[in-house]
Amino acid sequence: MLELEGIFAGYKDLTVLRDISLRVGAGELVALVGPNGAGKTTTLKVISGLVRPTAGEVRLDGRPLTKEPPHRIVQMGISQVLEGGRVFTGLTVLENLELGAFGAAARKAKHENLKRVFTLFPRLEERKHQRAGTLSGGERQMLAIGRALMTTPRLLMLDEPSFGLAPILVEQIFRMIAEINKQGVTVLLVEQNVRAALELTQRAYVIENGRIVGEGSGDSLLSFESVRSAYLG
Amino acid sequence: MLAPTIQSLVFGILIGGLFGLAAVGLSLVFGVTKFLNVSHGELLMLGGYTSFWLFTLYRVDPFVGLPLAILALVVLGVVLYKLIFTRMVKLSDETKIKNTMLVGFGLGLVLQNVALRLWTADDRGITTSYSSHVIQAFGVRFPVVRLISFAIAVVVLLALQLFLKRTYTGKAIRATVQDWEAATLLGIDIHKVYLLSFVMGAGLAGLAGGLVAVGYSIKPDMGLEWTLISLIVMVLGGLGSFVGTFVAGLVVGIAQSLTSLWLGGAYREMVALLLFLLVLVLRPQGLFGVKEG
Repeated sequence: MLELEGIFAGYKDLTVLRDISLRVGAGELVALVGPNGAGKTTTLKVISGLVRPTAGEVRLDGRPLTKEPPHRIVQMGISQVLEGGRVFTGLTVLENLELGAFGAAARKAKHENLKRVFTLFPRLEERKHQRAGTLSGGERQMLAIGRALMTTPRLLMLDEPSFGLAPILVEQIFRMIAEINKQGVTVLLVEQNVRAALELTQRAYVIENGRIVGEGSGDSLLSFESVRSAYLG
Repeated sequence: MLAPTIQSLVFGILIGGLFGLAAVGLSLVFGVTKFLNVSHGELLMLGGYTSFWLFTLYRVDPFVGLPLAILALVVLGVVLYKLIFTRMVKLSDETKIKNTMLVGFGLGLVLQNVALRLWTADDRGITTSYSSHVIQAFGVRFPVVRLISFAIAVVVLLALQLFLKRTYTGKAIRATVQDWEAATLLGIDIHKVYLLSFVMGAGLAGLAGGLVAVGYSIKPDMGLEWTLISLIVMVLGGLGSFVGTFVAGLVVGIAQSLTSLWLGGAYREMVALLLFLLVLVLRPQGLFGVKEG
């Protein structure tokens, strides 16, 4: 469904990604793991169009995305949740969710999607008239994921959803991600919490210094020597 | 002693409403796009001359002509955005502020000289049959045209507030102010949001100009003073709160008016700058602003 081929990208004079190629099949739950500064977030931003690659191509169902503006890419079915969730703190929970349904197609599916989000995260329904700024860290992450689901994505990209959350919340968020995936949404997950990510996913890529250095099933990577020594201790 | 003070207070509030209206336009544009459009005062000036022209050439009542003054500035806003400001969208926030200031100053000079050509350097105003009507109450005079202008400013700001709170587009604007990246990732075309905000800012300047032309007077070099006042009011009120901006407009209007009365007209501008400095030192987020985070 999603293919990256020979992607080079960076910011101003700094090249972050050097020849990244990866693919995510429809219905898969794929993780991208690696240390800080390896290029995980940049990879997601290249896919969502926030960062333009200097070389290489991103394709969705064979169609090149590299020239599309970010808001069009969202409407084509790719939704990214930024690190930390980045909810609109000055707006209410419901307003945050409604903004997820901004595109024409998503607007038609608004009520259906809202019901789905509230079923997944009943907490959000309880707090729908509260300002998002009053939510806890875990609730903000739920809201960010819910808001992304409002765009009716086929591919959901999550950037460090466990960041800064207590272990019990991490477990809960990861269960939700698995549930969303089961409902038919393809997931690309970026995580520093490597063990949890690898236990969750069918397949993972290991990225270091802007290059893919490993690929395999979650289990096989868990026993992969360099991964073990580097991330699992 | 008391009567002139109260009279001054009333005049201060009436002009302060227009300060607030002008500043809300500037603040809307700045909040969304991070463009500091220092030619905002010149746009206001052109709004004033549009009303003036409509009145002197076609006998259009200055209040009836307001939608046309707004429309003229909306059109100009689109042209300026597409021609100039769209090139600065991709810059970092800091560079954006600097570059838009430079461009704004240049643009302001151009517009000022165009106005000089078209309308000469004379002070102009719109004198209607009811311009001298005054309502007397409690020993205080309320000039009717200024009262109407103030009411229009209040109504328009309330409508704007409602638009931002209730409509889908308004919510998209508020979301873009908070976090343009997150907004983009929800499928919001922020270029459209930028254009819309810029154009709304120009329209608000046009309206404010039309109101200044009927209750006060206009001249080609009035722009810088209005930009400065708008800037002071915007910072005083705090970003992100249009009610705050409007109240700050009243505060500056009252302060200027009372200073003129007590110390003389020469000190009017100084007191606004003094308020500006005080706020920057004591309460940088503005009187009604919310702290970051």
